[in-house]
Amino acid sequence: MQYFDPHIHMVSRTTDDYETLARMGCVGMSEPAFWAGFDRGSVESFRDYFRQLTDFEPKRAKQFGIQHFTWLCINAKEAENVELSREVIAMIPEFIDKPNVIGIGEIGLNKNTRNEVTIFKEHVDLAVQYDLPILIHTPHLEDKYQGTRMILDVLCSDSRVKRDMVLVDHVEEHTIGLVLEAGFWAGMTMYPVSKCTPERAADMIEKYGTERLMANSAGDWGPSKPTAVPDLIMVMRKRGHSEATIRKIVYDNPLTFFAKSRNFKFTPRE
Amino acid sequence: MARNVRDVLDQEYLVARAKILELAAILDRLDRANGEAAEDPRYGLLRQGMELLQQKEDGRAERVQLLFSRPYQATWRDEFGV
Ligand SMILES: [Zn+2]
Repeated sequence: MQYFDPHIHMVSRTTDDYETLARMGCVGMSEPAFWAGFDRGSVESFRDYFRQLTDFEPKRAKQFGIQHFTWLCINAKEAENVELSREVIAMIPEFIDKPNVIGIGEIGLNKNTRNEVTIFKEHVDLAVQYDLPILIHTPHLEDKYQGTRMILDVLCSDSRVKRDMVLVDHVEEHTIGLVLEAGFWAGMTMYPVSKCTPERAADMIEKYGTERLMANSAGDWGPSKPTAVPDLIMVMRKRGHSEATIRKIVYDNPLTFFAKSRNFKFTPRE
Repeated sequence: MARNVRDVLDQEYLVARAKILELAAILDRLDRANGEAAEDPRYGLLRQGMELLQQKEDGRAERVQLLFSRPYQATWRDEFGV
């Protein structure tokens, strides 16, 4: 089955991984800007990272027939450095018209601090100013519930934010309902250990239905599996879900959401 | 689309059995370790988590998640001054 991975950090993956994903049916992907595993020292470091995301990765993906899209921001972890964050936010418009840039992300909270909230709100301002979709990172483990509620508080009290242009990622059993009921899109990130698994993602689909819901692999430099979406497809098949239901989660929904970005030009396979 | 209990058990019985066994072995491992597990709040959370599994109503996964979550305070914006 053809699928689209809406949240995968390909800068952390090898070219062999691109080939594996292509073999498994991946036809498109979107890569949010994130933490590199260490705090970067200057705005120039982000400028180079954004060049990698908007120039190098789409070319690498294209070799395997995969269309690569991206989101720009300074992630919540580095947002503790407010001064650097503001320099990065001021630089993002240089890249906004690159053909594979679809929005601002992944922004949000990490440890739910005041500085993170300040920079999160300034990113929302930027997205509103350029009328771009937003991709939200919610914190992990014990910080997820509190952080997700704080993020929803900020977004729901801002009348400029179009809720159907926001994708809230890394939802789990205790946050998915809040996100969907408020009218946002939700993404389930499946990891091999400690977080959501393909089996639990399938449970959430059975419980909440397929509207405004998608699934992704994160595929970052930590313990993660870039083929998590095909794993979900297998789990759903094994449970007897129809091909149409599976396709809605892994293909139709991502395409419907991403089409809200003026830069999203996706060519479906014949 | 709802599956039969039998189908679910066919697919999940050995998986669940293995997970219960892992938990049992972890508790035994804690017993063999030096010190008092009960003095560490994480041990209490694990015990509460296992008690939650005994509940009959649907939504156990969500309740386990909330048990291991920091509480949300609706007044956070006043505290942050935002
Ligand atoms: Zn990410």
